[in-house]
Amino acid sequence: MISIFPSLLSGAVITLQLLVSSMFFGLIIGLIFAILRINKNPIINKFAYGYSYFFRGTPLLVQLYLIYYGLANIEFLRNSFFWVIIKEPYWCAIIAFSLNTGAYTSEILRSAFQTIKKGYIEAAQSLGVTKKITFYRIQLPIAIKQSLPAYGNEIILMLKGTSLASVITIMDLMGEARKVNVLTFKPFEAFITAGIIYLFITFIIHNIIKYLEKKYGFQT
Amino acid sequence: MELLSFGDTGWGDELFFATLMTIAVSITAMAIGFIFALIFTPLKLSKNKTLNVIGNCYTTLIRGVPELLVIYLLFFGGTGAAMYVASIFGHDGYIEINAFITGALAIGIISGAYSTEVFRGAILSIDKGQFEASKVLGIKKYIQFYKIILPQMLRLSIPNLSNVWQITLKDTSLISVTGLVEIMRQSYIAAGSTRDPLFFYSVAAVLYLMLTFLSMKLINKLEIKYSKGY
Repeated sequence: MISIFPSLLSGAVITLQLLVSSMFFGLIIGLIFAILRINKNPIINKFAYGYSYFFRGTPLLVQLYLIYYGLANIEFLRNSFFWVIIKEPYWCAIIAFSLNTGAYTSEILRSAFQTIKKGYIEAAQSLGVTKKITFYRIQLPIAIKQSLPAYGNEIILMLKGTSLASVITIMDLMGEARKVNVLTFKPFEAFITAGIIYLFITFIIHNIIKYLEKKYGFQT
Repeated sequence: MELLSFGDTGWGDELFFATLMTIAVSITAMAIGFIFALIFTPLKLSKNKTLNVIGNCYTTLIRGVPELLVIYLLFFGGTGAAMYVASIFGHDGYIEINAFITGALAIGIISGAYSTEVFRGAILSIDKGQFEASKVLGIKKYIQFYKIILPQMLRLSIPNLSNVWQITLKDTSLISVTGLVEIMRQSYIAAGSTRDPLFFYSVAAVLYLMLTFLSMKLINKLEIKYSKGY
């Protein structure tokens, strides 16, 4: 059991890399689409809704396969400079995970934007605060604070989602566990050890979010 | 489009049966999940510390590890465990457990953890006065549960159970790694033999979207039906 630990830990590093980069890009995508969702223009609105509907309504595995196997099928993309990115399973995984978590994040942020009390915005308007400043200084901070608990859940869901990277040949924690299983024929040791490491990461994320909630949480 | 035709030349019929397989696995998994939830919800709500810890362990462990890990553990570990049990009874040889059963069981264990949380929340939101009233009226504990708590619990948990159903439906795509021919696996096979992954994975995505859309409509109807009179 001890002998398999180093290889699993090296996998855990890849898992964390995947998680951090996809959460980073996902947050940006989510924020953009949340703003598009609360836009009053029906076309922009529908587009953002369609995006989140597609990525929340299909399994992550389908999205991953579509990007990893599917995009390589398009001649035009293969000849463009995008090929440098989409030929690498690592980047495909990050793209798929970012788009997926972006859809969920946009829903979380949208509901946070919509539950902001109208009074705050009206108060800002009556004080003559411009729309831009109202958004950046009032709406955005409140929305981020309000969505902290749901976002914490999303991070944990994404951590579990990164395990799918192993099916497109990335040696993340799950991939390493599979390798150990194949090499040693000891499925229980391999997968239970990997499970413990996953639980440990989940535990840490959970506590960080709890701390942030306590510190910055929104009290009404 | 001819790739999707029914018959020997197209993949339409294969994908159709694969969709039925996905639905069958999802429903079986959801049912197994209900059984787990009905066992573990009382444990989580119990006042006994040990039982409480068991209930909490189940939901925390399952919700903290990736779904794929549970599937691999059951798929690879299950075979070994079954062979070990069989060797005690004097049977030596390779035993392969049906992919449908392991898959449905694995997804069922996962959806059970989510359902447990949903049921727990629903029971906690039932007014305390009802428990007290039934106690005062001298209703037996299990009758109280079956006739008073359970019907209300189910009604209150329909909206959240619909989320669990969506998660379960999407999780079944992971069973494809064990070789069960459901939508994902069938598209993988079709994509491999026609060299057109973009098309077949798009079809798979559309099939999943259709399933989630239709089930949402159905659940909304159920919700309206069962919230009558409230």
